[in-house]
Amino acid sequence: MKKLVSIAMAALLVAVAGCSGGGQSSAPAGTTGSTASGEKVTLTYALWDKNQLPAMEEMAKKFNEKNPNVDIKIELTPNKQYWTKMEAAATGGTLPDIFWINGPRIIKYAANDMLLPLSDQIKADSIDLNNYPKALVDLYTYDGQNYALPKDFDTIGLWYNKKLFDDAKVPYPDETWDWNKLKEVAKQLTDEKKGVWGIAAPPYGQDGFYNTIYQSGGYIISEDRKTSGYDKPETIEGLKFWTDLINEKASPTAAQLSETEATQLFESGKIAMMYNGSWMASAFNKNEYTKDKVDVTYLPKGKENTSVIHGLGNVISANTKHPKEAWEFVKFLGSKEGAEILAKSGAAIPAFNGTQDTWLQSIPNFNLKIFIDQATLAKPYPISKDTAKWAKLETELMTKAWAGQMSVEDASKELAQKMNEMLSQE
Amino acid sequence: MNAMSSQLQPEMHAAVQPKTKKSLNRMKRSDWFWAYLMIAPTLIGLSVFYLWPIVQTIYLSFTKWGGFGKYKWAGLHNYELLLKDPYLWIALKNTLIYTVIAVPVGIAISIFIAVLLNQKIKGITIYRTLYFLPVVTMAAAVAMVWRWLYNADYGLINYLLGLIGIEGPRWISDPAIALYAVIIVAVWSSIGYNMVIFLAGLQGIPRSYYEAAEIDGAGPVRMFFKITLPLLTPSIFFVSITSLIGAFQVFDLIYLMLGSKMGNPATEQTQTMAYLFFTNGFESGNGGYAAAVAVVLLVMILIVTAIQMKLQKKWVHYD
Repeated sequence: MKKLVSIAMAALLVAVAGCSGGGQSSAPAGTTGSTASGEKVTLTYALWDKNQLPAMEEMAKKFNEKNPNVDIKIELTPNKQYWTKMEAAATGGTLPDIFWINGPRIIKYAANDMLLPLSDQIKADSIDLNNYPKALVDLYTYDGQNYALPKDFDTIGLWYNKKLFDDAKVPYPDETWDWNKLKEVAKQLTDEKKGVWGIAAPPYGQDGFYNTIYQSGGYIISEDRKTSGYDKPETIEGLKFWTDLINEKASPTAAQLSETEATQLFESGKIAMMYNGSWMASAFNKNEYTKDKVDVTYLPKGKENTSVIHGLGNVISANTKHPKEAWEFVKFLGSKEGAEILAKSGAAIPAFNGTQDTWLQSIPNFNLKIFIDQATLAKPYPISKDTAKWAKLETELMTKAWAGQMSVEDASKELAQKMNEMLSQE
Repeated sequence: MNAMSSQLQPEMHAAVQPKTKKSLNRMKRSDWFWAYLMIAPTLIGLSVFYLWPIVQTIYLSFTKWGGFGKYKWAGLHNYELLLKDPYLWIALKNTLIYTVIAVPVGIAISIFIAVLLNQKIKGITIYRTLYFLPVVTMAAAVAMVWRWLYNADYGLINYLLGLIGIEGPRWISDPAIALYAVIIVAVWSSIGYNMVIFLAGLQGIPRSYYEAAEIDGAGPVRMFFKITLPLLTPSIFFVSITSLIGAFQVFDLIYLMLGSKMGNPATEQTQTMAYLFFTNGFESGNGGYAAAVAVVLLVMILIVTAIQMKLQKKWVHYD
């Protein structure tokens, strides 16, 4: 009897262990005395973009050649589940040693002591942060501490369909364009009978109204991250740029764009122009229709010539057992050598200044240089400690304004008021 | 457990006859031990994965959620916020509309099809398979396909309506229609599962009842209402309880068809309780508040199920 019970207990234990083990199974390997020389160390590295996986694997291999005692185990989680998984891992104290982070999450993770501050290491190894765009370094600085080494960045450009421009005998957009010119041409290119629109105006932030808010002199969140800029007349002007395009029928309606995404319409020749990010370059290059029919240029100017920039960083978990090895790897990922590997793959613009030329050459079809030029004038992606809370409200209220269920002023002012409440509680 | 012990005991009695009452107790105790050991895996699973989370959810609904599992006691704060939340009333209304339409309509159609598929016709297995197919298809795939069918500008449904001169509505982006568009898909995808249960119920009705009714001169409609329907009530009861609970928790179809981050003008007016729970808990990281929503939903389901259990004595016939 006793034997049976102990077998049953053992079986149960195995079952429980099997449930919680998951992707972490290799972490405990060689945990004793992390810095002991020659000891095998395995680091886990979490990321979400399948397109960048080959480049990341190559980097891990290169790093391993130089540091034979450190193995890198890459964990790929699709973007949609990535933050849910990280949130659970952080709560349970099982974050991967190194992982990708983005702007909206950085303060939350840094302020809750989930990340290893890197300023001391950066100073000790005399890493020059001027090698990266300033907006990105600032994005990952919290309380005067650096928490990430920038990995890549993305800016926004005006993608356009050359064929539709040629058919209508309209010259292509260029750096001389401003808002009025864009509106004028968008109307000119719209042909309701053919179901073709001059531009797509979906209620998107980063690849939409964030850019025009900055261009009209408004802002989304104040520099001290304490107040919302949504009640400023300049901000409202930046939003109206888009709703005007819909009201003047130069763009499909918000309802139409929610059923068929702007990118899909663009890829099937129904849309002549759209704001979209550098991250679309490799997808457009692989698409049979867009690969030789579209190109990209600078965003048309508003009052100011600026746009929004965002980028990813590599961070180290605060409770990693191998902080020294993890830092060595992050340093390699952020180095010129690492950036070159990413650049060659074409999947993202590497953050290390000077390696971007390699990225440009990876897709010669498009005028990709504009993305790098725009980075120098760009303003950082707006964030606060709990970005997700007000970002959800932003989507809700802007959707109402776009759909005409609310006036732009009312939606924007309501957002400002509620956002201020949320920010005061952070 | 009962069946097992009553089967085993006579033999054991025979084997240990001279023993006293005390040892009999020991026997019984050993039976109990084995019985509990056998159901232990399920019991442990239930407590770890169902009961404990329920207790935790109720506890968390009284807390204010910080980052990464840090929370502090907040008393009734979340429930106060919930009562003031305009979305709660939208979600409650939509959940009720959804349930009140989807459940009866789904059951009626399933019974109708089950009766049809209970006949001797050619290719019956093919029909049965066809009706059952949506059940084995993932909700995500179902939602994506229907999203395309419903597309107002390029979708098949509006194209077909256009052929007969009707301008189709904006199925999934018009706030007045979107919920009903989802209900249609929900009913469509629930038919197969319900139908199989009804088919089993129908097969259990003895042929002799129908033969007797035929001799008495009853037509097929009368036979359906006087024989089939009353004898099918246990199946109807089972299906109505499971589909009610499912309807109260509807989430996947709405989330996948109406999208949350796409800027769909219909999403806000079409959210349900489970949707409210998801957006608060997983999108804006408001764990305590989401737990309160879940508790309200739990209470609703408990009440409705209790009412159904009470009412069943009136209309369910077990023989």
